[in-house]
Amino acid sequence: MSILVNKDTRLLVQGFTGSQATLHSEQSIEYGTNIVGGVTPGKGGQTHLGAPVFNSVHDAMESVQPNASIIFVPAPFCKDSILEAADAGIKLIICITEGVPTLDMLIVKKRIDELGIQLIGPNCPGVITPGEAKLGIMPGSIHLPGSVGIISRSGTLTYEAVKQTTDLGLGQSTCVGIGGDPIPGTSFIDVLKLFEADDQTTAIVMVGEIGGTAEEEAAEYIRDHVTKPVISYIAGQTAPAGKRMGHAGAIIAGGKGTAADKIKKLQECGVHIAENLLQIGSKVKEVLG
Amino acid sequence: MNLHEYQGKELFAKFGLPVSTNRVITSADDAVNACRDIGGKKWVIKAQVHAGGRGKAGGVKLITTPDEAVEFSNHWLGRRLVTYQTDAQGQLVNSILIEECTDIDQELYLSAVIDRGSQRIVFIGSSEGGVNIEEVAENTPEKIIYEPIDPLTGPMPFQARKISKILGLNLEQSKQFSKMLPQLTDLFITHDLNLLEINPLVITQGGKLHCLDAKIAIDSNAVYRQPEIQVMHDPSQEDPQESEAAMHDLSYVSLDGNIGCMVNGAGLAMGTMDTIKYFGGAPANFLDVGGTATQDRVSKAFKIILADPEVKVVLVNIFGGIVRCDLIAEGILAAIKEVGVSIPVVVRLEGNNADLGSKILAESNAEIVSLNNLEDAAKKAVELSK
Repeated sequence: MSILVNKDTRLLVQGFTGSQATLHSEQSIEYGTNIVGGVTPGKGGQTHLGAPVFNSVHDAMESVQPNASIIFVPAPFCKDSILEAADAGIKLIICITEGVPTLDMLIVKKRIDELGIQLIGPNCPGVITPGEAKLGIMPGSIHLPGSVGIISRSGTLTYEAVKQTTDLGLGQSTCVGIGGDPIPGTSFIDVLKLFEADDQTTAIVMVGEIGGTAEEEAAEYIRDHVTKPVISYIAGQTAPAGKRMGHAGAIIAGGKGTAADKIKKLQECGVHIAENLLQIGSKVKEVLG
Repeated sequence: MNLHEYQGKELFAKFGLPVSTNRVITSADDAVNACRDIGGKKWVIKAQVHAGGRGKAGGVKLITTPDEAVEFSNHWLGRRLVTYQTDAQGQLVNSILIEECTDIDQELYLSAVIDRGSQRIVFIGSSEGGVNIEEVAENTPEKIIYEPIDPLTGPMPFQARKISKILGLNLEQSKQFSKMLPQLTDLFITHDLNLLEINPLVITQGGKLHCLDAKIAIDSNAVYRQPEIQVMHDPSQEDPQESEAAMHDLSYVSLDGNIGCMVNGAGLAMGTMDTIKYFGGAPANFLDVGGTATQDRVSKAFKIILADPEVKVVLVNIFGGIVRCDLIAEGILAAIKEVGVSIPVVVRLEGNNADLGSKILAESNAEIVSLNNLEDAAKKAVELSK
């Protein structure tokens, strides 16, 4: 087992014919992901990377029945694309695009919650179940099928955690990048819940960063509901207050959201802390014994 | 993106909120006319910078003659104002706001933010204004109200009444506030704000609510659809390297250390800074060169990092991912040549074709230390920075 995606995932790519979507779709297909089609309004009827192009998600739904969608459209159009996929009945939507206005996400999040849809992102690397399916922009080659579930707010930092668990032979059940925005579609808690229920996952790595209180909320959830060991690394221990560190969500505001606060709370709730990013893999190994 | 107080007040006025009659000047020559235009015998004169704490730093003054306005303007224009919220250099004053003086009966606090927890716009109100709100939250939490706005309904009159009660408003003021709350929400949504703060919101001696300050920040992700806000951008209030980086679509934050950092990805960039600190060094900056790390972007990143005279060594940490490391290595070499980098560069390449990338770097004549694990690379950079 794994979570969210597997070899039965039928993927639709929104913004399919754009350059980024093309590059990453090629890589996903090479990894073995089943891309059943794509959407680019106005280009319906064409074939791209061997898959049919549709004018709308609804047209694609009728013809090829996707059960997941990945979005590469530019930020100004993401609100529309996410809501279109939701309206067409897709239950898992992954939005890779960075720079979606926060007020757009405020509306989108309310709507997808009402409809019971799992939105991953925006501003995220996507989801991969090693050896089965890659729905995202992560390099497939560093992954290894295995037992560690990884959740992260950051892209390249996730790769670092993946590489370390691969090098130690542990491998990953599924890796989920929830994205670095202030209002993510999916929270740490949503993914923790899925990993806790997944047989294949024996340990969970949670890579957090400064800003907001998502890690603190996750810590309480772990204390009360997660029986599997959780290992966490928090980036931004040296970040100054009041400055946005790349990600829109990574900012220490009013003295809140510091790495030190998060680490303290996680430790109090029984989470194992990797003090440095170099120690993520070895910490997992140590905890698993 | 932050606005000046006078720009915030322009927006307040546009949305019908009560602000003082005012004039903005950029030359002391206009000070006398500004005071005459406003009228009256007392004015408040305020240096315009993107930072709080101006009053205590001498950047705000009550004056009773236009000559004092000239004196204040001559003193501050072109000078840097240092407050507890700025760095040691302070912020450049290039405009000054002169306002009609308001007779204050009480100072209150009101703000609106996007709250990540409730995923709503939340209004925060308190009867304790003009002070640091974080302290009020810490010491007397019962004096603060957090009122979330449902995107479906917008702000309701009952919510205005709830906030009014905590603010301690009388019936008339509460009625006035019931008009202000939708105006503030409208402003927040129309212009894609992520912060709106009025500290203090005052009750005048005439018993009316009045916005004495205006602090507004706009969601950077939404500036593209705010043409009216774009023209308000004041690059003089930002770190010059940070503005330069922003123009090239690179995220850069300047720090106090001497190890320049160039990393792909924001999280890994923070992780790299932490690793440098862990091994006893000090990062000079945060810099996310982006997922692709092409020669062009790497060149620009080098230029920005090297503009900081403190930098003694540059640590490049790239997790190749989709992009092949041999291509990145060639980009780094070309960039070093183009920019004329004369200090040591430590490069750590990981991911796709990392070995080939390291080989290309090792075989070049450039002063590069190529290491393929982050621990060794960070230690080496720290050693070279001492």
